[in-house]
Amino acid sequence: MAAEPRPKRPIRWHIAVFLAPAVLVYTAIMILPLAGTLQLSLFRNIEQSQVFVGLSNFRMLFGDPNWSVNFWNALRNNVWFFIIHMLVQNPIGVLLAALLSSPRLRFAAFYRTAIFVPTILSFVIVGFAWKLILSPIWGVAPHLMDFVGLKSFFTPWLGKEQYALTALSLVSVWQFVGIPMMLIYAALLSIPDEVIEAAECDGVTGMAQFWKIKLPLILPSIGIISILTFVGNFNAFDLIYTAQGALAGPNYSTDILGTFLYRAFFGFQLQVGDPNMGAAIATMMFLIILGGVCVYLFLVQTRLRRYQF
Amino acid sequence: MSTATHSLPRTIGAHAVLLTYTAIALFPVILVILNSFKSRAGIFGAPLTPPTPKTFDLIGYTTVIGQGDFIHYFQNSLVVTVASLFFVLLFGAMAAFALSEYRFRGNTMMGLYLALGIMIPIRLGTVAILQLMVATGLVNTLTALILVYTAQGLPLAIFILSEFMKQVSDDLKNAGRIDGLSEYTIFFRLVLPLVRPSMATVAVFTMIPIWNDLWFPLILAPSEETKTVTLGAQLFLGQFVTNWNAILAALSLAILPVLILYVIFSRQLIRGITSGAVK
Repeated sequence: MAAEPRPKRPIRWHIAVFLAPAVLVYTAIMILPLAGTLQLSLFRNIEQSQVFVGLSNFRMLFGDPNWSVNFWNALRNNVWFFIIHMLVQNPIGVLLAALLSSPRLRFAAFYRTAIFVPTILSFVIVGFAWKLILSPIWGVAPHLMDFVGLKSFFTPWLGKEQYALTALSLVSVWQFVGIPMMLIYAALLSIPDEVIEAAECDGVTGMAQFWKIKLPLILPSIGIISILTFVGNFNAFDLIYTAQGALAGPNYSTDILGTFLYRAFFGFQLQVGDPNMGAAIATMMFLIILGGVCVYLFLVQTRLRRYQF
Repeated sequence: MSTATHSLPRTIGAHAVLLTYTAIALFPVILVILNSFKSRAGIFGAPLTPPTPKTFDLIGYTTVIGQGDFIHYFQNSLVVTVASLFFVLLFGAMAAFALSEYRFRGNTMMGLYLALGIMIPIRLGTVAILQLMVATGLVNTLTALILVYTAQGLPLAIFILSEFMKQVSDDLKNAGRIDGLSEYTIFFRLVLPLVRPSMATVAVFTMIPIWNDLWFPLILAPSEETKTVTLGAQLFLGQFVTNWNAILAALSLAILPVLILYVIFSRQLIRGITSGAVK
């Protein structure tokens, strides 16, 4: 496909040579397995051979209470996980970026570097460090809350069903706030000085300037961040797995689609691993993510106005 | 920059918010590192104070170094990350050059096809990837991880690099062509050196998720021989749940190399992320 000749021209082999390695690796390791997984979700292992069963895996996923209860629970939790990211992570990211981009701010490089540190740490470190901090055995969290007189509010959040998911979402927010901060920061820096100066000539400064001039200009970046957050969240696994294990305890209250997929695929404790059901769950995740990306591409992005400077 | 937006109370406010958030971002990291140098009594008695001569203890580190095979895991992680990074950058730059430099039929389609992977995570194909690796006998090899991470990193690398390659001056390339350079020489000798800063950006973006990934090492290469440092730390921490000295020391050992690398390269990283803006 790459090297198709244009009329009256020799075949330009170098185009094929340049494209081949990337296209081959990408197709073989990413696209074909993705397609293979979607296909596997329509099969079932019966007497050691894969038999086509149509949508019966999905019927089981939604119809059999053993599966459907867990699936809806994981999906609900995942939606909550995403909502917290959108409501906490992205506004904090925008706020920090807005402050960082203020002209002549001293130590801006230091702040930027320091706030980005959690983002480069692995989930294993983040999950465990927060598990220790929030642990009632160590007592760092209640100790700190005592400073501000809130000690009575302390509970072992990660161990309580009603708080665990929110607590972990906030840990994840803590880890990834650097990404929206950096992207928005870059967008804010790219606003030309003339625009800002024009606003100042018209007496638009400070907060008003941010809301009326800068925010509309960085909306495309906020759109990109939202879709990145969406894809990242509906594909998350590591943090829950390191902090709460594959069973996503307590009592599945922190189970999200990633951990649900892992248990279905590999099995855990009493449950036997089932690649076909794993593929069915992966297919559902694929459809959810694809749906989100389509909504972004066709509804959000086309309506955002882009300004060319 | 004008001085109209510069007022003292606002500056103080900005510093207050940024300092608070910096403290929130760094506190857990500092807490873990400080406590890893303490005795058990020190960890529980006064978790918030730095180690004093009385509470200073390296027992955690001796346990970790005696127990886990961290040097080996570290090597595995290094091999996987460096090799994947090399292939992502080489293949990615080649494909980006083809897409941005030449007009050919299917160019746009090819670009869209390669961009698909930016949005659709490779993780969703895990079931079939595992089957593929089992079929080719690559399970529990570092090669499996390198292949997967190369595929994972390529879409974004191609996307970013082709944006940058469009900015390389046509005159320069055409001058090279008139001088009789082959397309390969133009790419390797003229274009690649010019896009080196954006290669650094792509390198950092690609490297962090690979180094930190837990999913694929857990599924494709969980054997003792091929464990990466992330997986090794996860299993080690799981075993030593009650040995707080060892846990804190292991966490610190896992944090430090990344932190040191980050402090060295943070300028490049941040310049890379904001490079579209700061010209």
